[in-house]
Amino acid sequence: MSQAPNAKTMTTGESGLTLVFAAAAFLCMIAAAKALDAPFAFHASLGAAASLAAVFAILNRYYDRPAALPPQEINGRPNYNMAPIKFAAVASVFWGIAGFLVGLIIACQLAWPALNFDLPWISFGRLRPLHTSAVIFAFGGNVLIATSFYVVQKTCRARLAGDLAPWFVVLGYNFFILIAGTGYLLGVTQSKEYAEPEWYADHWLTIVWVVYLLVFLMTLVKRKEPHIFVANWFYLAFIVTIAVLHLGNNPALPVSVFGSKSYIAWGGVQDAMFQWWYGHNAVGFFLTAGFLAIMYYFIPKRAERPIYSYRLSIIHFWALIFLYIWAGPHHLHYTALPDWAQTLGMTFSIMLWMPSWGGMINGLMTLSGAWDKLRTDPVLRMLVVSVAFYGMSTFEGPLMSIKVVNSLSHYTDWTIGHVHAGALGWVGFVSFGALYCLVPWLWDRKGLYSLKLVNWHFWIATIGIVLYISAMWVSGILQGLMWRAYTSLGFLEYSFIETVEAMHPFYIIRAAGGGLFLIGSLIMAYNLWMTVRAGEAEVQAPAALQPAE
Amino acid sequence: MSFWTRHQIFEKNSIILIVGILAVVAIGGLVEITPLFYLKSTIEKVDGIRPYTPLELTGRNIYVREGCYLCHSQMIRPLRDEVERYGHFSLAAESMYDHPFQWGSKRTGPDLARVGAKYSDEWHVTHLTNPRAIVPQSVMPGYPFLAETEVDIAGMEGHLRTSRTVGVPYSDDQIANAVADLKAQADPDNPGVDAFTKRYPKAVARNFDGKAGLPTEMDALVAYLQMLGTLVDFKLYNEKANLR
Repeated sequence: MSQAPNAKTMTTGESGLTLVFAAAAFLCMIAAAKALDAPFAFHASLGAAASLAAVFAILNRYYDRPAALPPQEINGRPNYNMAPIKFAAVASVFWGIAGFLVGLIIACQLAWPALNFDLPWISFGRLRPLHTSAVIFAFGGNVLIATSFYVVQKTCRARLAGDLAPWFVVLGYNFFILIAGTGYLLGVTQSKEYAEPEWYADHWLTIVWVVYLLVFLMTLVKRKEPHIFVANWFYLAFIVTIAVLHLGNNPALPVSVFGSKSYIAWGGVQDAMFQWWYGHNAVGFFLTAGFLAIMYYFIPKRAERPIYSYRLSIIHFWALIFLYIWAGPHHLHYTALPDWAQTLGMTFSIMLWMPSWGGMINGLMTLSGAWDKLRTDPVLRMLVVSVAFYGMSTFEGPLMSIKVVNSLSHYTDWTIGHVHAGALGWVGFVSFGALYCLVPWLWDRKGLYSLKLVNWHFWIATIGIVLYISAMWVSGILQGLMWRAYTSLGFLEYSFIETVEAMHPFYIIRAAGGGLFLIGSLIMAYNLWMTVRAGEAEVQAPAALQPAE
Repeated sequence: MSFWTRHQIFEKNSIILIVGILAVVAIGGLVEITPLFYLKSTIEKVDGIRPYTPLELTGRNIYVREGCYLCHSQMIRPLRDEVERYGHFSLAAESMYDHPFQWGSKRTGPDLARVGAKYSDEWHVTHLTNPRAIVPQSVMPGYPFLAETEVDIAGMEGHLRTSRTVGVPYSDDQIANAVADLKAQADPDNPGVDAFTKRYPKAVARNFDGKAGLPTEMDALVAYLQMLGTLVDFKLYNEKANLR
């Protein structure tokens, strides 16, 4: 067994990272000792503990591994690196359930405010960023990392670049989630929606993200296929653009390097424009481009049909990424942002309808000749319905970006309903579909534990979404109309609090819808768990493909 | 060579693809953001706007910390019902010293851009402690812990200095007296009140939370809420000159 041709030595990556993490542990301990506020001390301690754990893990892995690193190919077949992907897949299920649960809690707080319990850590204002970050960045982010690492290897027929780097990305990203999430509960926030983490979490994310980009790019560079598969264009656009947006929106100056509070470089109207340039493209590139990449790999795979149109994918890819960036100002209609910027934002948002539907058409038409599978395969049904929700919310979005419509919809629950049509229907369902495909593939299982449970998940979650978004449509439009209602004598008809009171029944319906969606995800977690635990192993899976790690 | 064959250069070369993506996504942001920094019409010329006092800034940071912006906007749109309900539409100048901006995107509760001087301090303290004591139908969380927490006084100078670095025009005098001004604003009997009001015109020194002792987070938050929208005198504001 131990026939190592040459003596075992540490790679530069192993020794270098060990030194870096040892230094990081030291610096974090100093920061924890000199911290000016309790949350910063807590986070610095977490950083020190995580750095020490990293040092231990790298050394432990080195002592346990054979002298040679895992080969790039075994018997002429690529030796795929699946272990970090497994971690990200499990993490996404965990964070998904956590995020949906917090969503349900804050939905209930709006219906029954006593549930805030007058405590700072669980009041609505602190839990709401926890909910949005948990579902977007923790759940969605882990799905994106898992699927992108899987898809890029399979479509390039090459092992993931780097030895420790993929693990650094997966674990580092989840550590960022931990810092960000605990920070919100302790009141550490820069208050920029979907970019709430403070300066030190932002710095850490920057490092992780650059390594993510490098791992993805270097895997593309060493591909065995002449063409870069279309899903990888979308993944690449997502990774690169999120890096640009993150850097543009977050330049902040800490009051002290030993404290959590910072002041953002941008102020007032410029800060607003930067924020929504970022905020809308977190939707455009994180929640759209990244998940379109999932659509482009998993739907053809599952339906066993080729992508409908290669040319449509080229046109809609470039049009989508070009137009999306302009759409931010539609979040600032009728505000103090100059009118020319608002008009640009509205114009490009309306144009954006076309490439969005180009993607929807390409996804749906891939089912040509395989529509019958929707009857028998609930996973494919989930994927296809997600594309239908994508089409619906990318029609609703341009509609709401028209200034006249926006004057009614802005500041109301209609926006919340719109977001959730996209987030639950599109991002949620396409992620669930991808996880239902990915877990049997990763763990070499013949198939899922139970398709019947997938069916239950599908219907319970769908009913939940319909309850959620229709409740928010009604409450949003109702509140918008009540705010602008006048009596025949020319007085405002309703006081503000009367409009709040009118929302109560819809907030209960919304919470019920969210509860159903959460139940669906619990069914999924059980199903995936049983697939890994008790699923039938794939017969012809060659052991050689999976190196011991 | 057809268009589709030409496109293969992107499909076969990852570096060219990444450069192409960067070029395409850069355009929209550059066109929409950069002019906001040099077009003079972006921010109106208005009298009365001043940086926040130390106590107000502390209150603002509590407003940020508790996520108030998630339910309250600070941006009145020029629509008839909003102007009648909340007051003059918001100007860009009114948030020019806001790092970060707090315009918000949702009104689960009413807009707060001009809530200053609308209610008494006592109203705010009671309402923040238990919103349903004043407005039975309210869905706002209670914040009783604010009155029990003293503000961090020692770090105040650093907050003003950092704000100045990112563009808020605090003077050396204001920075040097940050701690004294913080204490003076929450205590009308403090000997430093005159010097404080000279440094921050129109600022009001009051015992906002009605309790003796060092300023609490309740003092700070109420001081911030009570100044919101009060800096510009719209009787003197020249609307024509600032039409955009």
